[in-house]
Amino acid sequence: MKRIYTLEDVCIGCHLCEVACITEHSLSKEPVKAFLHEQFRPISRCTVEELDGGVLSLSTTCRHCDEPDCLRACISGAIQKYDNEVVRIDTEQCVGCWSCVMACPYGAIQRNLTRKKANKCDLCPDRKNPACVDACPNRALVFKEGSQK
Amino acid sequence: MNYIIIGNSVAAVGAIRGIRKIDQQGNITVISRERHIAYGRPLISYLLGGQVTEKRMAYLPEDFYENNRINLLLNSEVTGLNTKKKQVRLAGGDTITYDKLLIATGGDPFVPPIEGMAGKGKVFTFTTWDDAEKMKGLSHDIGRVVVIGGGLIGLKAAEGLHQLGKQITIVELADRILSTAFDRPAGRIVAKKMKANGIDVITEDTVVRVEGNGAEISGVTLKSGDFIPCDTVIVAIGVRPAAAFLKGSEVEVNRGIVVNDSMETNVAGVFAAGDVAEARDFFSGQKNPMPIWPDAYIQGDIAGTSMAGGEKSYSGGLSMNSLELFKVPTISMGITNPTDPKKFEILTYQDLESNQYRKIILKGDLLVGAVLVGNVERAGIFAGLIREKIDIKPFRGSLLNADFGIIHLPREVRNSLFAPYGKVA
Amino acid sequence: MLYKSVNESFNEFFIARDDAKCIRCKVCVRQCAYEVHSYIEAEDALTEDNCNCIGCRRCSAFCPTGAITIKLNEENFKRNESWSGSHIRNLYAQADTGGILLAAMGNPAKYPVYWDHLLLDASQVTNPSIDPLREPMELRTYLGKKPHSIEVVHDKKTGKPRLTTKLAPQLKLEYPFIFSAMSYGALNLNCHKAMAAAAEELGTLYNTGEGGLHKDLYRYGKNVIVQVASGRFGVSEQYLNAGVGIEIKIGQGAKPGIGGHLPGEKVNDQISETRMIPIGTDALSPAPHHDIYSIEDLRQLIYALKEATRYEKPVSVKIAAVHHVAAIASGIARAGADIITIDGFRGGTGAAPQVTRDNVGIPMELALAAVDSRLRDEGIRNQVSIVVGGGVRSSGDAIKAIALGADAINLGTATLLGLGCTLCQRCYTGKCPWGITTNNAYLAKRVNPEIGKERLVNLIHAWGHEMQEIIGGMGLNALESVRGNRYKLRAVGLTEKDMDILGVMPAGD
Repeated sequence: MKRIYTLEDVCIGCHLCEVACITEHSLSKEPVKAFLHEQFRPISRCTVEELDGGVLSLSTTCRHCDEPDCLRACISGAIQKYDNEVVRIDTEQCVGCWSCVMACPYGAIQRNLTRKKANKCDLCPDRKNPACVDACPNRALVFKEGSQK
Repeated sequence: MNYIIIGNSVAAVGAIRGIRKIDQQGNITVISRERHIAYGRPLISYLLGGQVTEKRMAYLPEDFYENNRINLLLNSEVTGLNTKKKQVRLAGGDTITYDKLLIATGGDPFVPPIEGMAGKGKVFTFTTWDDAEKMKGLSHDIGRVVVIGGGLIGLKAAEGLHQLGKQITIVELADRILSTAFDRPAGRIVAKKMKANGIDVITEDTVVRVEGNGAEISGVTLKSGDFIPCDTVIVAIGVRPAAAFLKGSEVEVNRGIVVNDSMETNVAGVFAAGDVAEARDFFSGQKNPMPIWPDAYIQGDIAGTSMAGGEKSYSGGLSMNSLELFKVPTISMGITNPTDPKKFEILTYQDLESNQYRKIILKGDLLVGAVLVGNVERAGIFAGLIREKIDIKPFRGSLLNADFGIIHLPREVRNSLFAPYGKVA
Repeated sequence: MLYKSVNESFNEFFIARDDAKCIRCKVCVRQCAYEVHSYIEAEDALTEDNCNCIGCRRCSAFCPTGAITIKLNEENFKRNESWSGSHIRNLYAQADTGGILLAAMGNPAKYPVYWDHLLLDASQVTNPSIDPLREPMELRTYLGKKPHSIEVVHDKKTGKPRLTTKLAPQLKLEYPFIFSAMSYGALNLNCHKAMAAAAEELGTLYNTGEGGLHKDLYRYGKNVIVQVASGRFGVSEQYLNAGVGIEIKIGQGAKPGIGGHLPGEKVNDQISETRMIPIGTDALSPAPHHDIYSIEDLRQLIYALKEATRYEKPVSVKIAAVHHVAAIASGIARAGADIITIDGFRGGTGAAPQVTRDNVGIPMELALAAVDSRLRDEGIRNQVSIVVGGGVRSSGDAIKAIALGADAINLGTATLLGLGCTLCQRCYTGKCPWGITTNNAYLAKRVNPEIGKERLVNLIHAWGHEMQEIIGGMGLNALESVRGNRYKLRAVGLTEKDMDILGVMPAGD
């Protein structure tokens, strides 16, 4: 399946992947409305980290594992793997116990504290390519066929 | 091929998926002593407190059993096992023959013989959906509750009852609540929060007698001599593997059903997984029960795979727990209370005023345990470091950072996790 | 502004921020290399220090909501046709510091651009045009000494014609463009990787510049010209043999007559290794080569290099376009050079004194025409190929240069623009916000060599197609037919003398 991979050597630490992710998962899918005018701003599903003033930076996200640790830890069955590809959290079913946060070795699951729900990459089902990949100005995120590791 | 699975919780689900990945043809029969389809057992406290409705209790979509062609027998208890004839006997007397058997019966709550408890009406254990429903049904009659046991089950029960506005006292034998899963500072933070929210926590004590006339409860007497008035008692001391029905069979049962790394018991074709099993521990290599939800799934998956002829090996049980009480999240994993402190190195960070605590337990250059309170973001990265036995020497100094993440790991590790194959920029 | 000098407070640009569109993503804060933008956490507000803005437009390009516009500060001095705002501010800066003003890229001043006064022919009625989509169109060029005459015999064995004349070594270019010499040190390794890879894919060449050839780039040797400049940085026998050609750099158009200077701060471990100088030392290229004080010395060096490379590689000599360039070129040709490279006054640089960049040197267009005519008159035009650089901005300019006599064109500024440069002309600060002329590890990541390569390949493909259209439109099917063909040009708005030097007739004639 196609997955999102990271090329840290060309990441410029602009955080536009996070902006795009938040925008794409908002109601309006438009950045100004998503950030300033909607009631619940989503939290980003990709995480940008920086060290040494940006000399090292990278954006990481869910690997959509073949045998997801998060799915196995989830106590409510909210996390399932669909079509043997995308691993998705059913927000309605999630109870915010954070077992998935505890289990994911990639640190790919975020806690949405306002809604008390777990949050993670869903490979942007409404887009041809994930928003973060399209928004990256330097091709530090690529969407291509590949294995989990 | 006839597969029988005794039990219908997370280990059974893992096993069903494990079997069906390899064998789409074989018959699978699931026998459950409960009347519900597979449900998220830890959700029962949310059900009690009213945070989830019955509809959300189901662990799987409705069509799971149909799609996987499962013959599901609910409300059926297995009372005996004949390994020579390869038959399980049900409570009604029926027998069913198997080619491969998985015992995933989970745990039974341990109820110690406390003086005065027999015959009392409102004494509950708290391990099943029906327990939660019973308590909820009687909640108008419940005012003051004593919870015996300050472990995960006891605290979750207390949380659920607190949501219903009940008055609660927790009585714990050890010197702190959450004594097995967490350590003293974490336990203290949680206890403080509970007390601040009106839940009494009594440690280093235990209930020796339940007082009251007839079926009514008036209170409990503690070992220390103190008397606590209450009308309801919840026994939440712990669970024992539910293997009683195996008495007389050839299956080796220690504390739990002993299995090898393929989840097979000493009897060929008979497997065990989940809370009922006693499998290899990730650290010690010895076998012990590991009643942890994700381990149950993993064991079920391995058992199912092995039963269907596949090969998968258990890498060992790793304890991990996530608990949030009164908006303080806590996560623990691995070895959190090292018995021989000389062999282990402990790194700590705490800011108790803001309920922040982090403890890292190292053995040599390997991570073996972690406790996090407050900032639990991305705690799973530690689970990965433990499981993969990553050498933490290069980044030992960053482990306590609030923003410890992928970027602190060595470049080869980062790239092996996230870079596309064969190419780094 | 508080704590700033008067001159610093006269900012040329200012940030216009539409706060209603600002989502506080802080990409502007992160991307600005000059610390113009800052975020005030307590107020959740963005603010800016306009004095630092150099108008590179990176923040406005990256803002996800288009909230930022870079505006020219209309506040200016009283209008004065003699003393422009730039003149005044430059003078202030010198009064402030007592130092030489540095500048970067090419001369931006208002001197005539001859390309804008030359127009090309096309076929109408007689000599019909050729459709490049249907007919083959030859853009391929060979650089090197061409023989005075050739002898072809009929090979009795194969029955085919056979060339018996021995040819001097040639450089084959599929397009008449070379990525101009910009040193490793002035540009970072990501840019060099992009240029080398693009040259390989296109079938042209990339010039190392005076900073040597990084060891990771030796694999592109078939598409590399190595440069030997006055500082002799990185020059070893291995280096000389690494490419397919060698260029002796006497001068460059942006700073004729003076040397070069790479500040010690920019000399990191990799540059130190490639240039063969200690880490942190200034890399000073002296003004002359200290072993070339006459034309005979130049001949000696040319042949020393040929000896060292077994006469397998053409040797180019690069000069700035200055007075008497035709005579100088004639001397260079007779000294044994295979290629003469002429860099006009619009040529760029990473750092040069502003007074030199803006006042020294002559236009490449005139130099080219003069050199081409002189060599033809002396009957030695075939002994050298002419490569020119300095202000070619489009395929149109390129064809005109070829019509004036160029064999190939060096693209410097155009290459940097292809890599993302916005011509803010602050390369000397080492803070290039586009990650091009900086070795800062954080900023240099902004050039992704893969994207850079693709963009350069796209650019040359595009220009190549356009050139094929123009050549076909003239009824010709090979660049050879345009080369030195002044008749294909006409001039508009030039003086008699200009047209005389260019050898071009006025339009209408």
